[in-house]
Amino acid sequence: MRLRTPLAQARGLGAAREGIHHWWTQRLTALALIPLSLWLVASIITITGADYATAVEWVQSPVVAVLLLLFIAVAFYHAQLGMQVVLEDYVHGGWAKVATIILSKFLMIALAFVAGFAVLRVALGG
Amino acid sequence: MAQFQLPPNSKVQSGKHHPLSNGAKNARRFVVYRWDPDAGQNPRTDTYEVDLDTCSPMVLDALIKIKNEMDPTLTFRRSCREGVCGSCAMNIDGTNTLACTKAIEDIKGDVRIYPLPHMPVVKDLVPDLTHFYAQYASVEPWLQAQTAAPPDRERLQSKEDRARLDGLYECILCACCSTSCPSYWWNGDRYLGPASLLQAYRWIADSRDEFTGERLDELADPFRLYRCHTIMNCTRACPKGLNPGKAIGEIKQLLATRTL
Repeated sequence: MRLRTPLAQARGLGAAREGIHHWWTQRLTALALIPLSLWLVASIITITGADYATAVEWVQSPVVAVLLLLFIAVAFYHAQLGMQVVLEDYVHGGWAKVATIILSKFLMIALAFVAGFAVLRVALGG
Repeated sequence: MAQFQLPPNSKVQSGKHHPLSNGAKNARRFVVYRWDPDAGQNPRTDTYEVDLDTCSPMVLDALIKIKNEMDPTLTFRRSCREGVCGSCAMNIDGTNTLACTKAIEDIKGDVRIYPLPHMPVVKDLVPDLTHFYAQYASVEPWLQAQTAAPPDRERLQSKEDRARLDGLYECILCACCSTSCPSYWWNGDRYLGPASLLQAYRWIADSRDEFTGERLDELADPFRLYRCHTIMNCTRACPKGLNPGKAIGEIKQLLATRTL
């Protein structure tokens, strides 16, 4: 049993003095994703039904390759920030929360590198 | 994990029925949450039939009539009966509001009355607001300044500066907003909730206060402030028509501004 006053419980460990960066980058990445997503969806529609060679040629265009890499970087960064918010909201209890947040960060970074490597390999003709 | 189901001893069962004895033409059914800490039983909903022809118009009037004439064990808080004290905040017809300003005729069908959601229940419609009040105290809701007030008069404030407090100072701390917020439900131990954040902003926005920076420091926290995901249940619930969601947005904007 812990006999702490209600005010002591409300104040807890004090303010972390952070959260602004997370909030701000989540909005910046969301902003960047608007044109990037529109471009990606439009591009995929235009090359729908094209053969393999055309698709490879499309990815090998420098502009397309750079935009694809940008989309991958921003989308996975945004996804990681969003996942962290969801986990902080719903996963309670110290270790479970920390472990799932670490796991989701590792997963998102790994997926971003896998996707980025795939683009580079096609773009640089590996 | 967040709990999405009530524990077995909190499951609400259907309780007693209190019918009207005389043949009233304008009867209305009030389904009211009941829980007695001394009875050792699950919570239940009791049904009361109230003759609206002999009842004043507000939900609180009906509750008082039930307590006076049908069931004196029914427990709820009330004081001013005109939307100023915030005592009779409860969940009526699925929305947190004040029983004294909610008209019975605005509700279709049975009038379902529960205590404010996701708070510990003391008895029946009385929630335990200890932590809610402690969170309010933790934002230090009073004027703080190093400069001493002039000896011959009060601290001056222009009409424009005073106008910036409109929509903030009117809060009566009824807790309708905070207890309507899912983020407050899941993380209310650390998230301050819309009511305390609105009041924190009330002092941040006060031109006479000199501790704006310190106040922002105390809010810069992933849980205290940033659990707000702009769900806006708070603004929809507020029986005084205030906008806590906007106040929280202003705090986030100020915190972002001072890093840019």
